[in-house]
Amino acid sequence: MPTPESAPVLEVSRLVKSFAMRQSLLAALQRKPALEIRAVDDVSFTLHRGEVLALVGESGCGKTTIARTLIGLEEPTSGEIRFSGEIVSAQVRRARAGLLSLDSGEVGTHEHMTMPHMSLKRLRQHAQMIFQDPYESLNPRATVFDIVAEPLHVHGIARQRQERLERVRRALEDAGLRPAESFFPRYPHELSGGQRQRVVIAGAMVLKPELLLADEPVSMLDVSIRAEILNLLSELRRQRGISILFITHDLGTVSHFADRIAVMYLGRLVESGATGDVLQRPQHPYTRALLSVVPVANPRLRRERVILQGETPNAADIPAGCRFHPRCPVVMERCRHEDPPYASVGTRHMAACWLLEGPRR
Amino acid sequence: MTEAPLLSVRHLSVDFIMQDGQMGHALEDVSFDVFHGQTLGLVGESGCGKTTTLMAIMRLLPANARITTGQVLYNGQDLLSLSERQMRDFRWKEMSIVFQGAMNALNPVMRIDEQIGEAILLHHLMTRSQAARRVGELMEMVGIPRERAGQYPHEYSGGMRQRAMIALALACAPSLLFADEPTTALDVMIQAQVLELLKQIQEKLGLAIVLVTHDLGVVAEVCDSVAVMYGGKVVESGSADSIYNAPQHPYTERLLQSFPDLNRPAGSLVSIPGTPPRVTELPPGCRFEPRCNKRIEICATTAPVMLETSSGHRAACHLCQGPAARF
Repeated sequence: MPTPESAPVLEVSRLVKSFAMRQSLLAALQRKPALEIRAVDDVSFTLHRGEVLALVGESGCGKTTIARTLIGLEEPTSGEIRFSGEIVSAQVRRARAGLLSLDSGEVGTHEHMTMPHMSLKRLRQHAQMIFQDPYESLNPRATVFDIVAEPLHVHGIARQRQERLERVRRALEDAGLRPAESFFPRYPHELSGGQRQRVVIAGAMVLKPELLLADEPVSMLDVSIRAEILNLLSELRRQRGISILFITHDLGTVSHFADRIAVMYLGRLVESGATGDVLQRPQHPYTRALLSVVPVANPRLRRERVILQGETPNAADIPAGCRFHPRCPVVMERCRHEDPPYASVGTRHMAACWLLEGPRR
Repeated sequence: MTEAPLLSVRHLSVDFIMQDGQMGHALEDVSFDVFHGQTLGLVGESGCGKTTTLMAIMRLLPANARITTGQVLYNGQDLLSLSERQMRDFRWKEMSIVFQGAMNALNPVMRIDEQIGEAILLHHLMTRSQAARRVGELMEMVGIPRERAGQYPHEYSGGMRQRAMIALALACAPSLLFADEPTTALDVMIQAQVLELLKQIQEKLGLAIVLVTHDLGVVAEVCDSVAVMYGGKVVESGSADSIYNAPQHPYTERLLQSFPDLNRPAGSLVSIPGTPPRVTELPPGCRFEPRCNKRIEICATTAPVMLETSSGHRAACHLCQGPAARF
């Protein structure tokens, strides 16, 4: 079990990512300010070595944007990402250029000029992403060997043929594709959905990363195969001490292997805590509603469900006050005007709701 | 249940001729009943024949498929003996379908209200204004705001499209609704909304529903009875309560154990090693034998027959006891 004392692999502080919306020509000519979509709005969390953190929320809540920002596919608008203590360099570069304003409001301080930092390429050796759809994330015209060996090629690792062969073989076997050699010449279309997702995992594992960002890795798979992939990820974590950021909309799948859960709504974390605490004692009304609609595979356990009406509002138009208030079943007057700060409701368990008692931060 | 079933499928078998000329047995001896106002869950992994069963009942199978044996009795009338013209009167008015993948099943260049109106006008003698009124009623029933009825599918979210699909299926007031994976690819909250909507509509209209899904959680939430399919056969059927609490077939048992459950203590999930058989390479004995953790010698050579293990509960496994089930 990871302890809070162990070194954090990933520290995200006050991360903001906004996108500019396309403007009409007329609006641009009239010099109206462009609308922006705040996909991720002030999110902070820490991931320790060997820890699995589940990021849970509905479509459009910003969970995939977080993963894409972490791996450098998007540039953060503000905030800081540190990997193994080193700040990710795209930000350092921007800070040096005086573009990135930090929480303090300062730009490009001396500290940033001397800070140890990590290039995106080096980051990706240590952090790999597993995408949702194994039918679309594999090159249909490349063999399994080429797919898994490509990251080695890109990073210039294991240049010798024998060494490369050995790395690919190990990665495939670790991903449960045995005997590995029999998969070398195969193409993705010859594989089942579960096998494809294993190839994707092997392609990520071949670099021996410390962090996996898994974006809904099982939602496209059949139930019986989901269990296999989840067990595989647990196994990798146990044997390799790998950390996993597991992104999903389904609280049911995370209950079995996440250490901590962070629930996201419209770009913000509304609750986070140890898996047991969040599932047994959910504090935020949104978490409660999400939990109540997780299907339970037994008709005798059918229970009262809190079905929220409507859909997650548009991130271009975030409601004032608490962003959850228009859909909240227990909304109060205060929620419409004031955004609730986090209240600490237990050990490393916090939630942002005005109904909660506890020290606020 | 003493009342006559609305739909009885009996010994339905379907063969496919594959591109390379091979013969595939997609369905074999499939039998089940659907009762008025009730929901049957048809459960199984991809490729087990769930969708083929629906298509065979609706007689919408592709040209390379052939129904070899069986009957599909709707209110006692065998649909397989009808002419195509007569069948056309059945579809939509008596039974309709909510197709898998609401993203692709709607016409992208036609407004939602037009699509529903078109279905009504094709099947009923009605003036345009009457049809428009009916479209309004349907939209209200499925919870689509009036002002959004005239929009195109791309302007709808996934949940809204699924609502539109349901309105489209209900356009001609059928008695039986097939829903093929209606909530797959939807978020849990939207999934809950859609299931709730189906339940409300069922209560209001007394519809019978056949819900096709691989998600045992969805089935447990809404179904009265369940038929579990594997490799083109029904391997177990019964009331939802008995299937979930006293599963008889090893496949059902494993499937239930592989479902992540919030109420079960954390630990390793049970998975089912291997993959379902291809329709052209079916094992000679029990189709689940190669993946079964309880197989015995006879399973590899002889296909088990369906047994009545308790009243209304049937399973096809050599380890089960009971008289042969009669259909």
